[in-house]
Formats: sequence, structure tokens, C-alpha cells
Amino acid sequence: MSTIRLLLGDEAYAQGAIDAGVSACYAYPGTPSTEIMEYFQASPLAAQRNIHRQWSCNEKAAMEEAIGASYMGKRAIACMKHVGLNACADGFMNAAITGANGGLLVTVADDPSMHSSQNEQDSRFYGKFAMIPVLEPSSQQEAYQMPAYAFPLSEELGTPVLVRLTTRLSHSRADVEVADTPLPQQPIRFHEDPRHYVLLPAIAKRNYQALLDKQEAFQKASQNSPFNTYTDGPDHSLGILACGIGYNYLQEAFAGACPHPVLKISQYPLPLPQLQTLLETCDKILVIEEGMPVVEESLRGPLGNDKIRGRMDGALPRTGELNTRAIQLACGLPAPQLLPEAQSLRQRPPRLCDGCPHADTYRALTEACQKVGDARIFGDIGCYTLGALPPYNAITSCVDMGASITLAKGAADAGMAHPVAVIGDSTFTHSGMTGLLDAIWEKSPVTVVILDNLTVGMTGGQESAALGKLEEIVAGMGVPREHIRVILPLPAKHQENEAIFEEELRHPGVSVIIARRECIQTLRRKVAKK
Amino acid sequence: MKCDIVLAGVGGQGILTIAAILGKVAVAEKLHVKQSEIHGMSQRGGSVFAHLRLSSQPIFADQITLGTADMVVAMEPMEALRHRACLAPQGILITDQTPLVNIPDYPQESQIREELRAMPKTLLLDTTSLAKASGNPRNTNVVLLGAIANFLGLDAAILEKAIQQHFAPKGDTVVQAALQAFRLGKEAKSA
Repeated sequence: MSTIRLLLGDEAYAQGAIDAGVSACYAYPGTPSTEIMEYFQASPLAAQRNIHRQWSCNEKAAMEEAIGASYMGKRAIACMKHVGLNACADGFMNAAITGANGGLLVTVADDPSMHSSQNEQDSRFYGKFAMIPVLEPSSQQEAYQMPAYAFPLSEELGTPVLVRLTTRLSHSRADVEVADTPLPQQPIRFHEDPRHYVLLPAIAKRNYQALLDKQEAFQKASQNSPFNTYTDGPDHSLGILACGIGYNYLQEAFAGACPHPVLKISQYPLPLPQLQTLLETCDKILVIEEGMPVVEESLRGPLGNDKIRGRMDGALPRTGELNTRAIQLACGLPAPQLLPEAQSLRQRPPRLCDGCPHADTYRALTEACQKVGDARIFGDIGCYTLGALPPYNAITSCVDMGASITLAKGAADAGMAHPVAVIGDSTFTHSGMTGLLDAIWEKSPVTVVILDNLTVGMTGGQESAALGKLEEIVAGMGVPREHIRVILPLPAKHQENEAIFEEELRHPGVSVIIARRECIQTLRRKVAKK
Repeated sequence: MKCDIVLAGVGGQGILTIAAILGKVAVAEKLHVKQSEIHGMSQRGGSVFAHLRLSSQPIFADQITLGTADMVVAMEPMEALRHRACLAPQGILITDQTPLVNIPDYPQESQIREELRAMPKTLLLDTTSLAKASGNPRNTNVVLLGAIANFLGLDAAILEKAIQQHFAPKGDTVVQAALQAFRLGKEAKSA
């Protein structure tokens, strides 16, 4: 029996994992992956089964916790956005060497077009790099079905599996057919060799060879995968290789009746016999893939190949998300004439909310910086990155999680008198703490402002691991008590706050100023609930 | 039945409520649905939009193809213009008429109206007044839902039932005001 439910791609995937007997989900919030964990946290079945569903401090912690659960024979998933995989790449790469025990699905949501990200890196490269199977659902229904397929795959082949989602799948709702009979969870089951996961050189060499030996099995799995399909067509002037949701745009462009042979790819490595048929029987090949030209580049080869068309030769746009119109144009289909942009149209960029505590902090901080002179503010990842825009014009960098503190320290090392780091409470516990320890160690003249809005604001108000612990954390790390200041960012406190910022900017060692006021959005939600 | 709707507005205005109600209706009516939205950085004060596709046939793409939408429905007139390239030649543009001015270079209101009226089928509504008349000024999005209902090809009673269910947790007064807003929107003429 089954039920039709309206689910986001993220939610469909989470429900699929629950129904496939997962025992633990680990994640750090990041758009567009956040809703996977949120779904677990709201699911009655996840609660009933006592599935692990608490946020982790960062992606590295999440990845390793999931690997640990897998070593115990349990089915586990680690979820993150694409750049989160950079933060846990060490554990990820080496889990490919140790292999998995219980099914282990590393689930990464890429953000082509950078709707809410610093880059549009393609996680399929990581799959190739680690030499493990990659799955890429083309629809919310496939996202639901994949865990039930991928957990046994991971267990039979003894490997982590990378599942790649993309923004438009993660954040789109569709009617999904959900099974009413979830699979049971796994019992604890250890690997028979107690040293199997000890990557001492001698063991690592053996395991690496084992991973190389598994490649043929990974290839066979792709050839037999129900998610990879080859559909012949009468018109062989063009063959189409469509990956993930690229397949949907292709179907849309031809209204479900593509006359060309189509190889749909939702599992990697590329299945070679099907690929060979496509290449040998078609005059030209159009590669449709969301994200970077991973497949196209490999088919094209280093010297180029006119037969292969796609993002690299301009048949499709080189950057950004795909859309149906781009496919229509690439396939020579008639595309509707479009109206030009309206003349009375202006950009309306996102901005800090009315009443946002960060706005009050920035006003006081920038004025203090002007008074002191030779100051520069390094920003971090969160809503407060909007402090780069008018009217604040405050921050001069936003690179990666936790980088504000280390960039400021580097600036101090380079001779800047008053470098300032601005970092959110959750970003600080994600990866700001180690950098602060470096600054303390070298007595750098760095002023760290922790914007403590008591939540993970930008991703929708998740619980922050820093909650109620910040003063003790920074004191324990070695910041002198007299240079740990807590301020209330409110317009009425402007003068007082500016004076505190000025004092600490002039201090020649490390200071930490905690600007604490609850996020206006989470506050409103709490009030509305009451 | 097939209807592709682009919903547009400014973060916080409530376009996703319209999408959520229509999505539930679609599942109840055994229609296929794709409803795509962007969350994250653009949550508050910036431009936001969602694509909603309903069909009795399976739907392939999550996004509506440029130049093919049956409707653009906006909570704000300039945001309606932002998505006009999505509209099919005979598509309908339904928008609230009240500008939300939160940027320094917001254009002349008369210029926006002129460009909106130059579209083949535009419905410019005073949802602010209609929402007030319904008894709850926050119902502007439900007024728009009423206006959409005329072109959906679904029975209005089905939509009214979904509205009832959606607002039921907030009490009967809220439900009655929402139903009134829906009916006012359904009868509304272009301003």
C-alpha cells in the first residue's frame, strides 16, 4: 500500500531514508539541504524509531558521526550543502578507503546559480575523487526511492555512496508516492577485522587496493541501475546524455516525446555499454547536466571533440541552473519570443530585517572603526554578510565558514593595526573557535565580534550549539575576562556600545565582544506560538 | 487540466501560503504538482517568487518554461513586471496595485501601471481594501487566491474547503475572514 504526499525533494529523500531503515541522520544547516534534517525532527516515525536527528556542530562532526554509526552496522546519512563537503572532505575521502559497514549515504545538496552560496561547485567531482558511486535523482519520486536502493548498494559493495541533490530538486514540492510499510532498522554488527578501519599505512595500502578492485563492481552496478535508462529514438543526428534533473528539462522541452536516443544518468560511474551505444550511433552528443560540465569534460577529452556539445562549447550556458528554454535552444526547437525586461523594473536585493540586532551592531561598530582609524572588518557566513551592502558598508570579506577570525589574524600578521572579525554564534562554534585559539596563542590585536542572535538565523532558525555557552568557551580558551564584553545591540544603547567597541579596538591583544539579542524572526515565531 | 502559475512578491508577503493551499488542493484532487521556490538569503525584504504547476498529466520540469505561464500572480506591482517574460502570449497577469517601497530607486507608480496595462490581460486589484473589507487586513494573499480561482478550472467549493482547513488552527473568526477575502477576490474587478 502507498499514499500520495506533497513533499519537497529534501523531504521526500528524508522520508525515503526513514522508510529504508535508517538509524541516524547527521547534518549542519545549509541551503538547500536544511529541510532534510528538519523533516527528520518533525517526523513521528523518526521519533518512534529513535532515529538520531540532532544537528551537529559542523559538517566534519556530522560526517564522522555518520561514519561511526556505519561502522557499527547501522544505516546512516550525513547531510550538508555543497560547500559543507569541503569542511568534511578529510573524513569523506578516507571513509572511501575504510569502506562502509552499515549503509552510509553522504548526501550533498549543490546550489548551481548560487542562490544562497559562495560558489557552484559540483559534488560529483568529489564522488569521482573518492572513487565511490554517486546517485543523482531526477525527480522527487526518485529522491524518495533512492535510499531503499542505495543503502543495500552501500552495504553489498562496502562503500559510502554520495547522493547529489540540486537546489531545484531539493526546494521543489511534488506529489510523491510513499510506501506505507517502512523497512526495519539494522542490528549492531561489527566488521570481522578489528583493525579494518585503522588507516595505518600498511592497512591503508591494502584498503586502497580493495577500493580500486571494487571499481568494476561499481561499474556493473551503474550498468544494471534502475535509475539509468537508455531510450532509443528514430533521429540519430543527435544523441542526448541527460544527468539528474537535466532529464526533466529535456522531457519538458520535447513534451515527453524526444525523437533522439536518450541516455538518462542518475547513477555514476557512467555505464560504459550504454554510453558506447550512444556515442557510436549518434552524429552529435548533447550533454545536459546541472552544475559543472563534469561528464561533458570527460567525454570531450583534453584535446576537445566537436562531436560533444554542452556547456563548454556554448550550446548551453556555461554557468548557472539549467532551464527548459536553454534546452529548447540547444536542440533547435522553436522557443517562444520573450518580452524584453520592463523599463520600470529595479533590483530589490535582500536586506537585514527591520529590527534586526545585526543592524544595530553594525551601526555602532562602523562608527567606532572610523574613530579609531586603520580598522577593517572581516565578515563571515550568515545573514550579517548583508552588512557589506548600504547603508552599512561594513564588511570587506566573506569567504568561508569561520574565516572572519583567521583572515583578521592574517591581516594583523601583515601589519594592520585594528582588524575586526564579525561572526555569528553558530558560525563561531562551526569553525571560528580554532582560529580564535591561534589569535590568542600569538596575542594578535584582533577584535572578534560574535553576533549572538541565539539561533542559526539564515537557514530559518535552527538551534545553535553555542547557545548559553559563549562567554565560558572564549574564557576557557584564554581570552582575559576583562576583554570579554557582552553588549545589547539596540538603538537606545548605541553610544554605550560604540564606546565599548572603541575601547576594545584600541586594546593591543585579543578581545571578544558578544552582541547578544534574539533574531527578530525567531522571536516573532515564538510570540506567534504563544 | 493544466495550469502554470508564477507567484511573485517581496519576502514576508505570503506568496508561499497561496502555493501551499493550491498544492494541497491538487493532491486532494489527484492532480500532479510541482511547486518550486527559493529559500535562504532572499527571505526578507527582497524579491521572491515561486513556480506552481498543476496538471492532470505527469509534469516533468520543476520550473515553468519562459514564455509559457498561464498566470503571473503578484503581491506587488513591480514584482509582477519582473516575471512578465514567463507569461504565455495570452497569459493573465494578476497583481495587487499597492507598491511596496523599500528601495531608494523605486520607479514612478504611473510608469509601472502603464507597463502593466500594456500587457494583453492584466487584472490590477486593490487587495489591501478588499482584505480590510474581509475583516482581516492580512488576507491580501487570500484575495489573490480568489482572483486566481476564476481561471483555474477547479470548483470554487474545493478551494473554499482547503482555505477552511488551512486556517482552521487559527480559529473560526480567521477562517470566516479568509473565506470572505476569497469571495471578494473572486468577484473583484480590475482597478
